[in-house]
Amino acid sequence: MIDVLALDIGWGTTLAIKTIIILVLVPAGALILGYTFLLKMMSHMQSRLGPMDPGGFHGWFQLIGDGIKFIQKEDVMPDGADRRVFAMAPVVILMSTFLIFVVIPAGPRIVVKDLDVGVFYALAVSSLSVIGVLMAGWASSNKFALLGALRAAAQLIAYELPLLLAVVGVVVQAETMSLQGIVAAQQGGEIFGWGGIGNPFFFTQIIGFGLFLVAAQAELTQTPFDMPVAESELVAGYMVEYTGFRFLFFYIGEIGTAFAFAALAATLFLGGWAIPGVHGTMADILGPVVLFAKLMFVAFLFFWVRFTYPRLREDQLQALAWKVLIPLGLANILVTGILKVAM
Amino acid sequence: MAPKMRKPKLPGLIGGLGITFKTMLKGAVTVQYPHEKEEPVSRARGVIALKEENCTVCMLCARSCPDWCIYIEGHKEKRPPRREGGRDRTVSILDRFDIDYGLCMYCGICVEVCPFDALFWSPDFEYTEFQIANLLHDKDRLGEWMATVPEPEPLELGADVKGKK
Amino acid sequence: MSTTENPPTPEIQLEPGALRHLAEAQVNVELDTGDMILNLGPQHPATHGTLRLVVRLDGERVVSADPIIGYMHRGYEKLTEYRTYPQITTLVNRIDWLSSFANEVPFVDAAERLMAIEAPPRAQYIRTVLTELSRISTFYLFLGEMALQVGALTPAFYGFRDREYVLNLIEGATGGRFHPNFNRIGGLKDDLPWGWISETREVMQKILDGCDVFDDLVAGNEIFQVRTKSIGIVPGELGAAYGMSGSNLRASGVDWDLRRDGRPYLVYSELDFKVWTHPDGDSFARYWVRLQETRESCRMVLQLLDQMPSGPIMAKVPRIIKVPEGEVYSEVENPLGQMGYYVVSKGATGPFRVKIRSASFSNVSIMPWLLRGVYVPDVITILASLYFILGDIDR
Repeated sequence: MIDVLALDIGWGTTLAIKTIIILVLVPAGALILGYTFLLKMMSHMQSRLGPMDPGGFHGWFQLIGDGIKFIQKEDVMPDGADRRVFAMAPVVILMSTFLIFVVIPAGPRIVVKDLDVGVFYALAVSSLSVIGVLMAGWASSNKFALLGALRAAAQLIAYELPLLLAVVGVVVQAETMSLQGIVAAQQGGEIFGWGGIGNPFFFTQIIGFGLFLVAAQAELTQTPFDMPVAESELVAGYMVEYTGFRFLFFYIGEIGTAFAFAALAATLFLGGWAIPGVHGTMADILGPVVLFAKLMFVAFLFFWVRFTYPRLREDQLQALAWKVLIPLGLANILVTGILKVAM
Repeated sequence: MAPKMRKPKLPGLIGGLGITFKTMLKGAVTVQYPHEKEEPVSRARGVIALKEENCTVCMLCARSCPDWCIYIEGHKEKRPPRREGGRDRTVSILDRFDIDYGLCMYCGICVEVCPFDALFWSPDFEYTEFQIANLLHDKDRLGEWMATVPEPEPLELGADVKGKK
Repeated sequence: MSTTENPPTPEIQLEPGALRHLAEAQVNVELDTGDMILNLGPQHPATHGTLRLVVRLDGERVVSADPIIGYMHRGYEKLTEYRTYPQITTLVNRIDWLSSFANEVPFVDAAERLMAIEAPPRAQYIRTVLTELSRISTFYLFLGEMALQVGALTPAFYGFRDREYVLNLIEGATGGRFHPNFNRIGGLKDDLPWGWISETREVMQKILDGCDVFDDLVAGNEIFQVRTKSIGIVPGELGAAYGMSGSNLRASGVDWDLRRDGRPYLVYSELDFKVWTHPDGDSFARYWVRLQETRESCRMVLQLLDQMPSGPIMAKVPRIIKVPEGEVYSEVENPLGQMGYYVVSKGATGPFRVKIRSASFSNVSIMPWLLRGVYVPDVITILASLYFILGDIDR
């Protein structure tokens, strides 16, 4: 990435710059996503306007103001809470979000580190959040929080599998696990001989795309899978005892993970940063913009479903995962494998 | 036998998405209150206004209030007779007429019961205060509300107009 | 609701102290989990007010549930001992605050029966229209708000948004959106303002369209159906034995509606309307019945507006109303169920004693029976589908 600027900086400085960019990018991305979808899109779907006053122009300052408000609040811990675990839980969840961004490419040379096992790494690291959720629920010494954490753990673990199976189809088709390789396969590919839009795996892996969206929705604990955070029952579930700065971490984690999964889906299924025919420095400049547009589209789908459907009960949720999605994922892999070998 | 439900054209999941999408495009119904205001109907019960010259301190309103939020004090004064050789007249002078809007239930019994048409409803509702004690409106403030009392509006077809107050 | 059968633990006879080796120890296949007591409320988003539900859980299943009410008791029956009839009409608005006009009607009906006067026909028609508008207002809110309890965020806003039109109508006629205080003994306080009838026709059309939206968005949604079908089934006879009434009972298949079957009151005998029932008795049935009843109320309002007679709206009553001695029980079909007032009068300007039979109090009495063995999320669904108002339970 530094080659773009044709400068010669050492390895340590490069790492530092990349770390800072990720640390800034994730909250900023969470802010933009949160504002657009959570505040404005949700409001318009509910025939209302959303925040309009903060900042003057359609309330753009609302989330930043909320962040400042959270930071200046008192740090309260429940009496019987396990102090160290209570403090570490949001950090664990946030850490897993940040780590996903290490492999997501935003241009041919804009990536923190393009691992050869990029997909495997991304999914593995995203499941670390389960530990954080359990830590939060247990350390809160609150029955509601515990109920929410247990539900969340069961749900998150159950939906890891459809997520994985959806992605395996992509990996089979692209013949590589590295995300840059997958993007390149989509950019250079052709649909029935026509290379106009490349070969986004959206068309051939449509079942995988659907599976990924459903499983990602469950991984984000968003409606229809938001039992752990069922607002009308458990009032924020495992996060109920958290206030102030730690609660802010949870929220950045939630929307940051939505950001990450949307970026992953855009990379795996929609072609990522690539526009067919655009290479080199042009791709470096347009890449982030294209990736952002594609991930906003996927995030729109996430949040659209979130605001429309009621939530599934825990056992119905599990039944959906184990009885419907996993067989579908396996069938998808089978068909993809057969077609890959045959054609 | 279960009653027949409307056969939907699309599975409910897809139809639901369509509805929220259409609503998103249709625009919001919000009236942004401090910047834009909606007019309440003229009959809306916002605040009670007092026409002091009609009041004869009969205390009917204070007695009929379910919350006893009207505080009235008055005294009697003598006036000279209207004609020569007549008795002195006594008139009641209103000293204090307070309505505590912190207690008021906005039921309207006082307005209805007043035999001399001294109380009126006004649709004005923007009199919030920072201190509860300021919600006690005294005689002068109640008189100021008279400026906001609307004209009685025409009634619907079929109403019996002649028996109306 | 499916339960997983655990294999029965085998019986091993051992003398006390006979366990020498760890290998002989018998491990229970199912770990003995202690019951957890969960306190839903009194401050809780799901319980519609200050209802406290002490629930004993085994995992996620409810073993027993005890509703504890009274957090909102305002002493209505004591208040009525020291107030006159017009004052009580004002207070009684606040029992079921979502359909407040409907609370005044049985009380004024009882007083008019004791005084043996009848309100003129135009007043009866307008009373019926306003009662049905209150019914639409509260049921429309229910349609959105039950979806909120089940998890969907948007239908709740649609419920509030369209209900504003109905509240504006009620405000146009009575002066108050929530607490109309419009009934008087012998008729009504005022007549309708100019243009109200045509405005009402438009609003009814909007509500009918809105009901179609709810039909597609909520009742037709497969997730909602899977969450509410076969949840909280109330058999018809059991419901009637517990004193349930209104839409809850009609959703269990019992065809009972006081507007058609009870003592004739207001002008329901001149209307042509259908009483909706559903044989299932589960939460979905309760939602469905209320959806159909909202539509039916819209049609009833349109009929009433067409048939509205002209004339006075107040009968001849003395200035100071003294109700003659006697006692009467007046019961009507409120949106929440059957509401009744037992008024004992000793000839004064106020009643001697008023007993209020509120619908939600009896509806809620079935909760301990109904909530055994359900999952925690289903508790929320059942509470939402029973649709009680705390002011109605506690008075």
